Amino acid sequence: MSTSTLPSAAPITLERTIVKSWKGPIALSIFALLAIVLFGVFARPGVSHFRLSTTGDFFQLPQLDVPTTSTGWILAVILVILAAWSVLMVFQSRRVPLWLTIVFAIVFMAGFLTWVAADALIPIPGLLIGAVSLSVPLIFGAMSGVISERSGVINIAIEGQLLAGAFVSAVVASMTGSPWAGLVAAMVAGTLVSFALAAFAIKYIVDQIIVGVVLNVLVSGLTGFLFSQVLTNNPKFLNTPPRFDRIDIPVLGQIPIIGPVLFDQTVIVYFMYIVVAGVAYALFRTRWGLRTRAVGEHPQAADTVGIKVNLRRFWNVSLAGAIAGFGGAYFTLGSVGSFTKDMTAGAGFIALAAVIFGRWDPIRAMLAGLLFGFATNLQSVLGIIGSPVPSQFMLMLPYIVTIFAVAGLVGQSRAPAADGKPYIKS
Amino acid sequence: MKLELRGITKRFGALVANDHISVVVEPGEIHCLLGENGAGKSTLMNVLYGLYQADEGEILLDDKVQKFSGPGDAMAAGIGMVHQHFMLIPVFTVAENVMLGHEPTTFGDRLNVAKAREQVREISQRFGFDLDPDALVGDLPVGVQQRVEIIKALSRDAKVLVFDEPTAVLTPQETDELMLIMKQLKETGTSIVFITHKLREVREVADKITVIRLGKVVGEASPTASNEELASMMVGRAIELTIEKGKAKLGQPALVVDKLSVIDPIGQLVVNNISFDIKEGEIVAVAGVQGNGQTELVEAIMGLQSKVTGGITLNGRSLVGRSVREVLDAGVGFVPEDRNEDGLVSEFTIAENLMLDRSNGEPFVKHGTLQLATLAEFAEEKLTEFDIRAQGIGTHAGNLSGGNQQKVVLARELSRELKLLVAAQPTRGLDVGSVEFVHTRIVEARDSGVPVLVVSTELDEVVALADRIAVMYRGGIVGIVPGDTPRDVLGLMMAGEAPSGGKAA
Repeated sequence: MSTSTLPSAAPITLERTIVKSWKGPIALSIFALLAIVLFGVFARPGVSHFRLSTTGDFFQLPQLDVPTTSTGWILAVILVILAAWSVLMVFQSRRVPLWLTIVFAIVFMAGFLTWVAADALIPIPGLLIGAVSLSVPLIFGAMSGVISERSGVINIAIEGQLLAGAFVSAVVASMTGSPWAGLVAAMVAGTLVSFALAAFAIKYIVDQIIVGVVLNVLVSGLTGFLFSQVLTNNPKFLNTPPRFDRIDIPVLGQIPIIGPVLFDQTVIVYFMYIVVAGVAYALFRTRWGLRTRAVGEHPQAADTVGIKVNLRRFWNVSLAGAIAGFGGAYFTLGSVGSFTKDMTAGAGFIALAAVIFGRWDPIRAMLAGLLFGFATNLQSVLGIIGSPVPSQFMLMLPYIVTIFAVAGLVGQSRAPAADGKPYIKS
Repeated sequence: MKLELRGITKRFGALVANDHISVVVEPGEIHCLLGENGAGKSTLMNVLYGLYQADEGEILLDDKVQKFSGPGDAMAAGIGMVHQHFMLIPVFTVAENVMLGHEPTTFGDRLNVAKAREQVREISQRFGFDLDPDALVGDLPVGVQQRVEIIKALSRDAKVLVFDEPTAVLTPQETDELMLIMKQLKETGTSIVFITHKLREVREVADKITVIRLGKVVGEASPTASNEELASMMVGRAIELTIEKGKAKLGQPALVVDKLSVIDPIGQLVVNNISFDIKEGEIVAVAGVQGNGQTELVEAIMGLQSKVTGGITLNGRSLVGRSVREVLDAGVGFVPEDRNEDGLVSEFTIAENLMLDRSNGEPFVKHGTLQLATLAEFAEEKLTEFDIRAQGIGTHAGNLSGGNQQKVVLARELSRELKLLVAAQPTRGLDVGSVEFVHTRIVEARDSGVPVLVVSTELDEVVALADRIAVMYRGGIVGIVPGDTPRDVLGLMMAGEAPSGGKAA
């Protein structure tokens, strides 16, 4: 008899109306307009050349040559059509699908490259290889951020962790002559920075953002001081670390375009693939991941089932530091070859943006890191071939991409519910 | 399993929350802990569950002394808890919530979700729940979420199950269901500790009742005791359970809500096309289980919601699209549902809190300067008028008890010339004495001709105050019925069933 009054176990579904969001269509329309002006009105005569293959590939793709003006017009028209379509969709109270935005971005990028490459050659593999290179520290930093924030501690100190990793790995690798020793030392350095963050944020409940910012300044000052006072006096012994060589993976490395981009890299990049896959797996498929997410979403609930919230947070933040430190080593052992003052140059903050852009998901955060790396490298490649856009504007590009990305142009993003909130037990 | 608490004492600074409390719960017994809000029931249970450490006293299970350093230990010993605020993670599935903390794993720490699902199915079948292990908990109705909590405790082989104010979030029908589940659990030999301050429930299921007041056990009672006996034990004096309320002297319709809808940021219609009016000198109570759109309705009236369609007019003037300032200036008094969040600035003094919404001009501000003398005089006057128990007007609001905080809010809102009073959950978490006071004031406001909108999830409160009752369910109004409508009818309406006989009143 009582069964009739049982509450239904079905999820509550309230009636929905679509809130018309004009953000997307407006942005797309502006870019479409820009495309017409740039590719059409200010069209540059000539032929654009794109090199698609490197010498080591299985087979050579022919060089792509397209007439700049007409290609620019065609792509601009496609962009206008896409933008119009998105406007139409919002009119009909439908959501603008993500793929439309992505296609739009790719077409715009193609048009832009065609426009700047009038009577010049853009090496596509080179552009992409550089993009991956530049995104390595961003991706390590983003993984660090994902782990830390999923367990409920905002990690503003990624920048400091990267820098500490870069500095210590350079010194230790130079002294020992082994890049491997440098890598291990970088992880230790990142972990130490994290210990400070974890201790102040978790144990002493200092505002996590403040601790993070202070740590960044501290690490920057400390490494800068040691660099100018100690390293520069004896650069041979202290600041000439042996670099990791590129390892060309047979077969995979010979695939045109993606081969040299993904499979002819240093060991740090291969570690990066493992770390991203590992974090993605661990976070969503293992006991560690379930508990970590629980602690970041609802620490009290985790506590009531016997999970030690603050201990778990402490070790996760430490692990995050180790990962960021590892990424920092890429600056000195993977790309540059020696430490210079403040060489991370804001990579930690861009990594933080990648975490938010990637919605606290390891795979998406990695893609965001790649995007930011691409923007940075595009600027330097265009600088080399002589871009018609002033180089100062190009230098802003990665940051503009970051702002647009974080401003939520690509969907809503929701942080872990207890992110940044200390857990205080009474 | 037999549970014994012996001489438990817990202090927070100078406050003694539990003072040598001793309780014995026999195996297969439903033992009620009855007491007012703030009597120390929840503290006691948190000690039992290892969340707090007792300063004195011991916990015995089957006559063996236990030492709990955390909830993990308590669970291992066979104590399960259904928390007042569910300890569930909304973005996790049912299975994930149930397995958290004792996850079955396979090789390499990998979660064995299949096994967890199986466990959820097995336990829900035992009790006839219909639960999808893969549903996200945040999407489930509260009544169902509570079942997830129960399953969570049972999946850990709990032999003693503590229910901490479990009915606060349930409709009357869901409450009845819960009572059946409790009895069912008792049959299987589980001991149950049931914490509540609602007399009706106690008398229905309890085998034994222990009454707690001000941190002390004041006595035991049998379930056959009358409501009045239990209430006076709980409060420590004889109290009136109903308030004096004369017949309403109705005037013109003042507040008219017409086809009002509110859309939340993700596009859900949280308030769905509702219409009602309130006449001068009338109390309309909005009843319903928490989270059915009442909060958003109130926010829409106050100008706190941005996506509002339809009409809200007060004495012919539209309130839609107005700023909060303009709504207040139109003569709307507002008692928010969370006084600590929206009603008071706890770091401000009582005096400062009393002028919070009048910082824009005279009498408290002249030429951009605070008129402290005027304010002090005003505050002293209100302190006496509203019987606010504090050391003085300089006491920080955060240091007051819940009842006195609410009096500060009421004092502020009622000391303006009102055209409408909106009171959301006006007595939540208050002791019986303060409840009486607040109710009397609300009725006084009505009798002076002010239309009053009361939003409450407590059926007792709704019935005590309302001249008419509007029941909300999933964003809509199920029906508007007279204030003397029987509780079982209201209960069905709160579960979404329209009253038979169409709209009365």
